Amino acid sequence: MSSKNAGTFRLESDLMGQRQLQASAKKRTKNPLNRDYKAKYGFSQPERHVFKAKKGLGPEIVRQLSTMKGEPSWMLDFRLKALEVFFRKPLPTWGGDLSGIDFDNIHYYIKPTAHPERSWDDVPREMKDTFERLGIPEAERKFLAGVKAQYDSEVIYDSLRKELAQEGVIFISTDEALRTMPELFAKYFGKLIPPNDNKFAALNSAVWSGGSFVYIPKGVVVKRPLQAYFRINAANMGQFERTLIIADEGSYAHYVEGCTAPVYSSDSLHAAVVEVFVKPGARFRYTTIQNWSGDVYNLVTKRARVEKNAIMEWVDGNLGSKLTMKYPACFLVGEGARGEVLSIAYAGKGQHQDAGAKMVHTAPHTSSSIISKSVSLQGGRTSYRGLVSVSPNTPGVKNRVECDALILDSQSASDTFPTMQVNDSSANIEHEATVSKIGEEKLFYLMSRGLTEAEAMSLLVSGFIEPIVKELPLEYAVELNRLIELEMEGSVG
Amino acid sequence: MPNILAVKNLRVSVAGKPIIKGVSLALQTGKIHVLMGPNGSGKSTLAQVLMGHPTYQVTSGQILYQGKDLLKLDPTERSARGVFLSFQYPNEIPGVTVSSYLRMIHNKRFGTHLSPVKFRSILDKKLKLLKMETGFLDRYLNDGFSGGEKKRMEMLQMLVLEPKLVILDELDSGLDIDAIKIVAQAVNSAYRHTKMTVLLITHYSRLLKYIAADKVFVMRGGQIVQTGSHKLADELEERGYVPFGE
Repeated sequence: MSSKNAGTFRLESDLMGQRQLQASAKKRTKNPLNRDYKAKYGFSQPERHVFKAKKGLGPEIVRQLSTMKGEPSWMLDFRLKALEVFFRKPLPTWGGDLSGIDFDNIHYYIKPTAHPERSWDDVPREMKDTFERLGIPEAERKFLAGVKAQYDSEVIYDSLRKELAQEGVIFISTDEALRTMPELFAKYFGKLIPPNDNKFAALNSAVWSGGSFVYIPKGVVVKRPLQAYFRINAANMGQFERTLIIADEGSYAHYVEGCTAPVYSSDSLHAAVVEVFVKPGARFRYTTIQNWSGDVYNLVTKRARVEKNAIMEWVDGNLGSKLTMKYPACFLVGEGARGEVLSIAYAGKGQHQDAGAKMVHTAPHTSSSIISKSVSLQGGRTSYRGLVSVSPNTPGVKNRVECDALILDSQSASDTFPTMQVNDSSANIEHEATVSKIGEEKLFYLMSRGLTEAEAMSLLVSGFIEPIVKELPLEYAVELNRLIELEMEGSVG
Repeated sequence: MPNILAVKNLRVSVAGKPIIKGVSLALQTGKIHVLMGPNGSGKSTLAQVLMGHPTYQVTSGQILYQGKDLLKLDPTERSARGVFLSFQYPNEIPGVTVSSYLRMIHNKRFGTHLSPVKFRSILDKKLKLLKMETGFLDRYLNDGFSGGEKKRMEMLQMLVLEPKLVILDELDSGLDIDAIKIVAQAVNSAYRHTKMTVLLITHYSRLLKYIAADKVFVMRGGQIVQTGSHKLADELEERGYVPFGE
């Protein structure tokens, strides 16, 4: 059985437009998503770097980068081959509009410091200020097991609680892992997402720099989250971090990443690759809150290989960027493996969030669920794009997909592109999709209890995304709700 | 005793179709009024118009609330001035917990910033009056509530907001006799404590066994066809709405 269907939903203009409050006429003012973004995240620091590659991409840049990093020759070969794949593959045209990316106008490598610091005091002042304004050191003191901060191309700060290091937990930059544990690194690197997987995986493979390398030993449970923070500072920057995670048998950990960038008038590119290996009986949760500025193309490949009775959970929040294309995947290769994706997308003016998930069932009795919630407003567009595939001779597979879109005005839109390839007749597959607007009756109900229209709307939007927000670390949940409150104040007259 | 509300020659249409065809009535401050009438008589439309529902077009007439033009105010402003409508079909708001919602509307109404703990102490008595378990507070507002639970949640919001004019739209619909007693008790308790004015809209007179009406209006075909004391309700109970027909 194979089925594919797609649809675009757009509200007719009369749905929201007809609302005429009996008394005062209300006018709608336009205000972009994240309207306090510039003050909070959109600032930039004077550039300070030890090396900055000239704009544009070619083998000489790749050689230069690899030499500066002192890499073994196999990695240089890997990079150069990947670069060929990148040049050979055409731009994908099935998703968002990528035609605006000017690959010649991007710096592919900017090295901010000579090496990462282990002590916060040693981090250069501009970078320290940046991360302090973003609240990172405070969060580390309060509730994190370890922190990694990447500034442009390199990790500039990393830390891990002593007791975790003693238990054998590894949380270092991916560059450091290549240097210090080459065997473990080579065993897993690029094995789940090879360069020829897609054009942007190839690009990342050619010029990757930074990212996290995580190893959780057998049976070790890491209770507090491991946090990575990715920051683009320079204009026309390409950030290509590479994250490699191995959760060994019976272990548990939660990895959280956040991303922001200054507001520039020209585009930047973020193309990451994340590979996660979840060994038998392990459980790994990977949470992303992406709040890039509105001039960033965010094109990320994320994939997990989930073995027998293991669980992989992707919690994927997409708030920022100009265009995001990201579909976290679980390859459920061991009997009883489980994959989950909770995805939330928020698209305002000038934004397209093309997000979703892939669940590939190749073993019996594997199960998966995808819950996607999206909100579009002020001309924003959200797309759900998903793949569920079930191999032949895999009895007892279960999958459930639920995607709900909330469209706040007539300029905004939402699409769904679910693909199902089910080759075992015993599979139990459910797909549910809803598209809704903020109901006039609900608004009236809440306003009749004294809430303003903006308060009522933000309450309804918060309620809509609550099932996913409650899965986020508290700080992120609070931040997300605050963002939505501000947003609604701005969007209602 | 002055009138808290005066409706004068009100005409209301929905999508061009007249529903209320020239209604005048006055509500005395601190009294309990009942608006009765068969289905489709325009009772619920009147309730919605009093609260400011955007779908209804007032084509002519006037509504004065405490001497001020009510039609100039949006629902938020009406609520802030003490108007409360208990909905016949309360909306479900998934993802919004009852406790945080109630605290939000309370703080809004009274300009306070009560902490969750402080607000809880205010709520406990009200929950008890409505025989509601504290587990209600952790549920999402009206989400998956039974008909009776929704009506009790309406009464809880009324008790939290302490309104001056309360419009109860079919408060008893879908309730069994025990639930009717509970919601009636909430109305009576709030009435005793705040001296609020009540407009009780109902199809049947059974709720009037528990709430003592001062005045009864009968509505039919978009007009008030009879006004009287509580005895009028008894009469309706016996003879139905037919004698009040056109």
